[in-house]
Amino acid sequence: MLYIPGNNPAMLQQGGIYGADSLLLDLEDAVALNQKDSARILVRNMLKSIDFYGTEVCVRVNHLDTPFGLEDLEEIVPLQPDAIRYPKTETVEELERLIQIIEAIEDKHNLPHNKMTIHAMIETALGVQNVFRIAKYSKRVDAITIGGQDLTADMNIKSTKDGSGIDLARKMIVMAAKANKIDAIDTVFVDVNDEEGLRKDTEYAKQIGFTGKAVINPRQIDVIHDVYMPTDDEIRKAYRIMKEFKKNKEAGIGVFAIDGKMIDAPVMARAAHVLELARIDIDSI
Amino acid sequence: MKNIIGREVPEYIEGVGKIDMFVGAWEKLKKGWMDEVTISPPNKAKMPHQSKSCSDLEEAIKKTSPKDGMTVSFHHHLRNGDNILVQSIDILAKMGIKNITLASSSLNEVHNPLLKYLKDGTITKIWSSGIRGEIGKAISEGVLDLPVTIHSHGGRARAIHTGKIDLDLAIIAASAADEEGNATGSHGKSAFGSMGYAGIDSRYAKQVIIVTDNMVEYPCVPISIKQNFVDYVVEVESIGDASKIATGSTRITKSPMDLRIARLAAEVIEHSGFFEPGFSFQVGAGGASLAVAKYIREKMKKTEIKGSFILGGVTSYGVDMLNEGLFNAIFDVQSFDAAVCSSIMNNSKHIEIPASLYANPFNCGCMTNKLDVVVLGALEIDLDFNVNVITGSDGTVRGASGGHSDTASGANLTVVVCPSFRGRLPIVKKSIHTVVTPGETIDVLVTERGICVNPKRPELEEQLTKAGLNVRKIEDLQEEVEGIVGKEKEVEYTDKIVGLIEYRDGTIIDVIRQVKRNEQ
Repeated sequence: MLYIPGNNPAMLQQGGIYGADSLLLDLEDAVALNQKDSARILVRNMLKSIDFYGTEVCVRVNHLDTPFGLEDLEEIVPLQPDAIRYPKTETVEELERLIQIIEAIEDKHNLPHNKMTIHAMIETALGVQNVFRIAKYSKRVDAITIGGQDLTADMNIKSTKDGSGIDLARKMIVMAAKANKIDAIDTVFVDVNDEEGLRKDTEYAKQIGFTGKAVINPRQIDVIHDVYMPTDDEIRKAYRIMKEFKKNKEAGIGVFAIDGKMIDAPVMARAAHVLELARIDIDSI
Repeated sequence: MKNIIGREVPEYIEGVGKIDMFVGAWEKLKKGWMDEVTISPPNKAKMPHQSKSCSDLEEAIKKTSPKDGMTVSFHHHLRNGDNILVQSIDILAKMGIKNITLASSSLNEVHNPLLKYLKDGTITKIWSSGIRGEIGKAISEGVLDLPVTIHSHGGRARAIHTGKIDLDLAIIAASAADEEGNATGSHGKSAFGSMGYAGIDSRYAKQVIIVTDNMVEYPCVPISIKQNFVDYVVEVESIGDASKIATGSTRITKSPMDLRIARLAAEVIEHSGFFEPGFSFQVGAGGASLAVAKYIREKMKKTEIKGSFILGGVTSYGVDMLNEGLFNAIFDVQSFDAAVCSSIMNNSKHIEIPASLYANPFNCGCMTNKLDVVVLGALEIDLDFNVNVITGSDGTVRGASGGHSDTASGANLTVVVCPSFRGRLPIVKKSIHTVVTPGETIDVLVTERGICVNPKRPELEEQLTKAGLNVRKIEDLQEEVEGIVGKEKEVEYTDKIVGLIEYRDGTIIDVIRQVKRNEQ
């Protein structure tokens, strides 16, 4: 997920070319207070006119406790980007208020309530404590994300490259997302020149269960894709499992073994996920 | 009349004569020989132990008996640090020499002081592979009566062999030389690496002066320029500004856009059918073009594919790939950074080559003919894949033909990398200002918004599509770009021809017209 400052027309216009899976057009922290309105207008117009080449587009609005949050929603919701990212989500009550406002705007514009989703961003200790309930609250919430910089500030700890201070928070967020079968997106890695550090951090995020990672520079996208893309061996193995499964299914055999190892439902699910990442159509196997 | 690629080129130009029209990239080569006769190098003699040393550049130049209408040549290996070219013309101008034909292998911003000599009739004709800075602008505005000729690197060697560029005097800067004129660019405080473009000048010029700021004990090795072609040797305090001649190691761009394009280009190469053991490779010295080497390097390591040779302008990045064993050799006609010099000196697999061996179309096979993959840039590209690398968006001369058309003609796979637009200016366009490299020699265009394959290569298009790459029609890309940035205002020209674009075989592929100034 590539962050793009909402007040930068050149970057907004180029957003779709870098191969990110998702774009985050930011009206919040990336935009100075005196540029909030111009960024809002720019993002609104860009959403109307720019081809993002099929990349998922999210807009991070300002919190409703700020003077900008409501206006952001009034301008952006009618355009129905793929998702609204809501910063500093701390309680279910906040989420309830947000969804009420979004749905009122949608009603006003005769828009459905089930198209645009919400990404709740957890950036405070209180948010971390409430994350399971936040993730569970509404079907519109289809991803939980963590904001590492704000979280360390809220916890009054130093932001470190290894992320040790927010490790528990990362794991709690992943667990809450997994428990509710929604996505968990990891925080950014701020040193854009440290490719090795980014790789390690992404490998760790993948290992503990994050489904994706945010980036602040397009140069970071390739590393994240490299980490998340299955290896050739993994793809070959998944392909073989799927092929055997189909063959056995036709023969009426439920559970089977490959190289002496039993293939059951969790193994099948993992194989299907690998093939999906490799963009291999399971029906074609 | 319109030539074979639809460019409006007059059949006759006053002061130039009948124009030899471009007939296609390989038409003239098919015969197996060149119509023009190769001239003989000059006959010279020197008495045993006769000194070639001169006290300063002025004395050396005076000894060559300069005359009105002479042709003087220089190389551009000193790039923007060159102290010698302008100093030499200053001396000739002071002597009152007029009507000089300047034949520098390229001209840069550092040569801006020459402008006064274009205005006062000291220099009246120019041959060069590239012209940048104020001179390019002035030429576009019609400062000279006669059009300049822009040639390729290989084309320059051909033109000297045939006497089309008839050199009276070659002034050759070297970072090290001895008293007899053996010279190199590979060591010394002003080291610049290969002297590839200067060799042919030393062979054919009627008089040759070596200028160095590092006189070494005889013999100066390695010998790039040989003493048997050198008339005079001069030691000067400095041949140039070392910081502008060559700096450190070339770094790969950090521009996300260039990196994105480079990665796509590397994927194109990987799936082109030419990324095979023993492949040969050339990239440019910066931007997206050099960045392609980064991704190809990673792919070579991953797949354990070992290449044959790296060709052309060489950076430290290429040297690293040689040292890692990814390629067997480097053939170096021009070195782009200081880190390359020690490699030329010490690595027998890093071989300095002259321009003729590099790219002259008329011999038994220059090295560009042996290229598998070349990655090139572009200032503009049209729907027929014709490329402009010489004139900017305002129609003025500001680039270089260099080895663009030479390598595109020779390589099995020519990949052009460029953004589809820069700022608000479209790069992929219906019509471009000037054609330097014909579209028939370009195979693929890689931009951030998609990959376009020349319809002459349907099999390549099929392969790249099968590999899942974003292949699209160049017409669709051009329409999309126009939709984003709008249509440019057309540049207005007068009828005066200020430049000829000579294709590598000596034919004229396009002309540059005088840019109309507001008051005209």
